[in-house]
This record gives sequence, C-alpha cells and structure tokens, in this order.
Amino acid sequence: MHHLISILSKPDNVPIVLMLVLTIFYTWHSMSRAARNDRQGSPDEAMLSDKVQVWPYLVKVEFLAALLVMGLLTVWSITLNAPLEAPANPSLTPNPSKAPWYFLGLQEILVYFDPWIAGVTIPSLIILGLCAIPYIDVNPKGNGYYTFRERRFAILTFCFGFLVLWVSLIVLGTFFRGPGWNLFMPWEEWDTHRVVALTNVDWSELFGVPTRRVDDSLNPAAMAIGTATVLAWFSLGFVFYLWKRKSDVVRKLGPLRYSIVAGLFLIMTALPVKIILRLTLNIKYILVTPWFNI
Amino acid sequence: MLGIFDTLREKMQKTDVYKSVFRHNYQDTQRNRALQIVDNVFLHLHPVRITRHATNIGFTWGMGGITFLLFIVLTVTGVILMFYYRPAAEYAYDDMKYLMNDVAFGPLMRNMHRWAAHAMVITVMLHMFRVFLTGSYKAPRQFNWVVGVILLTLTLFLSFTGYLLPWDQLAIWAVTVGTNMARATPFLGSEGPFGPELGMKINNDVRFVLLGGTQVGPPTLLRFYVLHCIFLPLVGATLMIVHFWRIRKDGGISGPDTDARKS
Repeated sequence: MHHLISILSKPDNVPIVLMLVLTIFYTWHSMSRAARNDRQGSPDEAMLSDKVQVWPYLVKVEFLAALLVMGLLTVWSITLNAPLEAPANPSLTPNPSKAPWYFLGLQEILVYFDPWIAGVTIPSLIILGLCAIPYIDVNPKGNGYYTFRERRFAILTFCFGFLVLWVSLIVLGTFFRGPGWNLFMPWEEWDTHRVVALTNVDWSELFGVPTRRVDDSLNPAAMAIGTATVLAWFSLGFVFYLWKRKSDVVRKLGPLRYSIVAGLFLIMTALPVKIILRLTLNIKYILVTPWFNI
Repeated sequence: MLGIFDTLREKMQKTDVYKSVFRHNYQDTQRNRALQIVDNVFLHLHPVRITRHATNIGFTWGMGGITFLLFIVLTVTGVILMFYYRPAAEYAYDDMKYLMNDVAFGPLMRNMHRWAAHAMVITVMLHMFRVFLTGSYKAPRQFNWVVGVILLTLTLFLSFTGYLLPWDQLAIWAVTVGTNMARATPFLGSEGPFGPELGMKINNDVRFVLLGGTQVGPPTLLRFYVLHCIFLPLVGATLMIVHFWRIRKDGGISGPDTDARKS
C-alpha cells in the first residue's frame, strides 16, 4: 500500500489524479445533461436562449473562474515543489524510463506495436482523425447542446477513444508499469530483478506456420497468412458497406467519407484487438515483412 | 465623510486626464454596459450581448477560458524564469538549483510554471471533450475545430520541450524516450519502414534534426529552449488569435437553433 502512496505522491503524478477526477466528473455531468435533454425532447439550452449583456453576466463568471483558478494554482505551487532530480547523466538509464505523463498512453501501445506504428503513425492518425471529425460527421443534429440519443455512434466512438484508449492507458502506464515495463499492481513493490519470460508467437505460428524458415529467411506462407488477415480486417469496411449501402447514414456519407470513417474506425478498434490478442494468446506480430511488422 | 469622496470623484471625473482615459462614466445603464465591452481592448473580444446559456458554466465548463488564463500565467512566469536560466548544459542544472534555493520567490515561480503547464494540458483536453459532446464542431464551426486540434498539439509540444529544460535525470530520460520514436518514422527515420532504403542513417534522419545530434545532448537543450520560449509560443499565440476571432465570426458560442438566436 505504501508503494501506491509513493507513486501517487510523486509531484508529477498529481496532475494525473486531477485529470482522472475531472474526466470522471465531466463524463458523468455531460451524460446526465444529455439524458435530461433527451428525456425532455427539447434541450435545456434552448430555454435559456434570451440575450443578456456580457457586462456583467459573462465577465462576472470569467472573473470568478480566474480568481478560483489562480487561488488553487497558488496554493498548489506553494505546497508542492516541482521535481528536480539528480543532474542529467546520459550513461545512467533509470528503470523504468517513462515519457511525460500525457504520452504514457502512446508508450503503453509500444508494448503491442513497433515504434513506427505506436510512436509515429498512431499519433499522426489521432491528430488527422481529430481534424477530420467535422468533415466526416454529416449528422446535423446535436449542434450546440448535450444529447446522446441523436449522436449515439459519434459519442460512443469519441468516448471510447478518449476515455479508454487515452485516459485509461495513461493510468495504466503510470500506476501499473514498473521496471522493465513489467506489469505490477499499484500496491506491489517494484522488483527490479523480476524476470518475465517472453513467450510471444506470431499470428501465423498459431496455425503451425513458422514466421522464419530454417535458414532464417522469411516464410512466404506466413507472410501470406499475415497479409490475408490484415486485408480481411479492413475488408470488414467493404462488407459493412455492401450490407448497409441502402441505409440513410451510408448514403448520406457517400463513398469517400464512408471509407475515411471506416478506415479510421477499423484502425482505432484494431488497437484493443491487438492488445487483447497479446494478453490472451501472446501474439507478437500479425504480419512480418522485410520492411515492417504489424 | 462619504460626501467628500463623492465630491472628489465627481471632480476627478471632470478632469481632462480622466476623460482622455475613460470614454464613458460608470452609471448602470444599458449604454454604459455596452461601452464597457466595446471601449476596452481586452474585453472587446466579447460580443456586447450573448445568449444566456453561454454564461452557464455547466454548459461550457469554462475550460477554453481557463486554458487561455493558464497560457497567460505561463507566459508571465516563463519570462521571469528566463532571467535566471541559461540553456547551456554546463549551467542549466546549476541555474535550477540556484532558482530553487537562492532566488526570492524562485520556487514559487517555477512551481507555478510547471503546475500551470500540466493543468493546461488537462484543460485543453477537457475543452475538446466538451466541444465534442455539445457537437460544437458542426457547421459553421468546422475549421475552428481544426485550429483547436493544432493548438492542442502545440500545447503538448510546448509541455514536452519544456520538460527537458531542468536538465535533470527526469528531463533527459523522458525526452529520450519520447524522441526515440522519431527514428522509427516511416521514410524519414533511420529505423523506420523504408528509411534505410532511402539512405536514412542515425546522423541524418529526422531524429537527428530534432536533437541536433545522435543523442539528447547540449545542442538538444538549446533547440528545445528556442522552440519552447520563442517558436511554439509565437505560433500558438497566432493561432489563438485565429481561434478567438473565428468564435465571433462563426456566430459565438454554439447553441441550439432557436428563433430567438436567429434574431
């Protein structure tokens, strides 16, 4: 237990606790407002649509918020010192070496994917995908008020990405990862000498097809299985398109927007799929090629 | 007793100096409330009148405004820290020790800078969460959402470049872990897919450009310092101007389409 307290009381981990509390509170807050709006049929916000003067009605709120934030920030800064460890030493690597807390979700994905996916492609796709949201969400409803019923898919997808794949993985990386990036329970002491056997196998080896031949060259049969699996995953988008092409949603999206939505959605959901495959079946790679592995 | 103050105030308000600074008096009239906003360079970011729900903290969570407040706090404390900090590997860590032990209010300034930076990352994320949940990125605000996403990225870069500056073990190893990713960049990294095929080596790939060397060292410190103190804040401030201006141009804070709103 004292180990959990020592992680929690590391000054740089205080923001994670703050983030966790605020995220949980605001998720509950927005969902309860959405539920009320959906129940009423017309949103609360529409009943407050008369105009008021910014001075004093808005400026007052801003002023009070600024006072509160400055007060809290001052107390926080007086009571807790920013960390300053031993001087930088390139020849002494701490174990574990952790990125700043807001990147710990990405560092956690490194366990399951090669760096070019976890460290470069996924962050780029997160940024591009976020930028694309307004242009691929063609549902005109739910603009300017809390609702769940009118935007189920959009809200569930975003909450899954933000709450599960971003916030939870940060928490996992902070509280559950110790020396050697091994999994430790938060109350467990970090044992620097813990040895965890790596018994990972590749996807094709699950079907008895080894990734490499006896002379260590890549096995074409394994590559074919890997390629077929990756293609099969993304062809789910085509199957769904053929199945639902007559529906209002798919027709409104059009083929271009649909393929972007489907592509981003399948990449996002492939992430937890690979995590589960690793944790249950010890799968290392789905596809191994001479240039890159997935 | 109070009469004296009233007389004094009336006399003062009639002077040329007072009238040159303040363009209107302070009686509580509709006109003065409007002038209070329009005649003030800082407040005229606001419209004069807004819908009532936009003043409701339960709707906006105030996160965008708090983010901007934290940016101002970071600018002020950051400038003060710059007086005491030299971005050279020989001096940086000693300057931090000096700041934490010998400079009056040094620890307060540094703590406030660090905690405000962490808080800003959180408030930016929550601001985006709120904007998404209220569907505020929908027409006509699509482009402002994109500007917001870029500002979120800049906030993370600002925080990340600042993380290196204390030049302690926490700093260089966190930045080493982060920048090691760059060598896996497809096409541009020495260990990324198709990187070696395109002639990328450890001393000419994108990570080398970022670090100014093959590992996190003194040139990295200077690079991150310049990015942190000059380049990123300038780009960020410019995009903030666009972001705030677009809120007004896109019709103010989002809200449901009602007849009252259209008028």
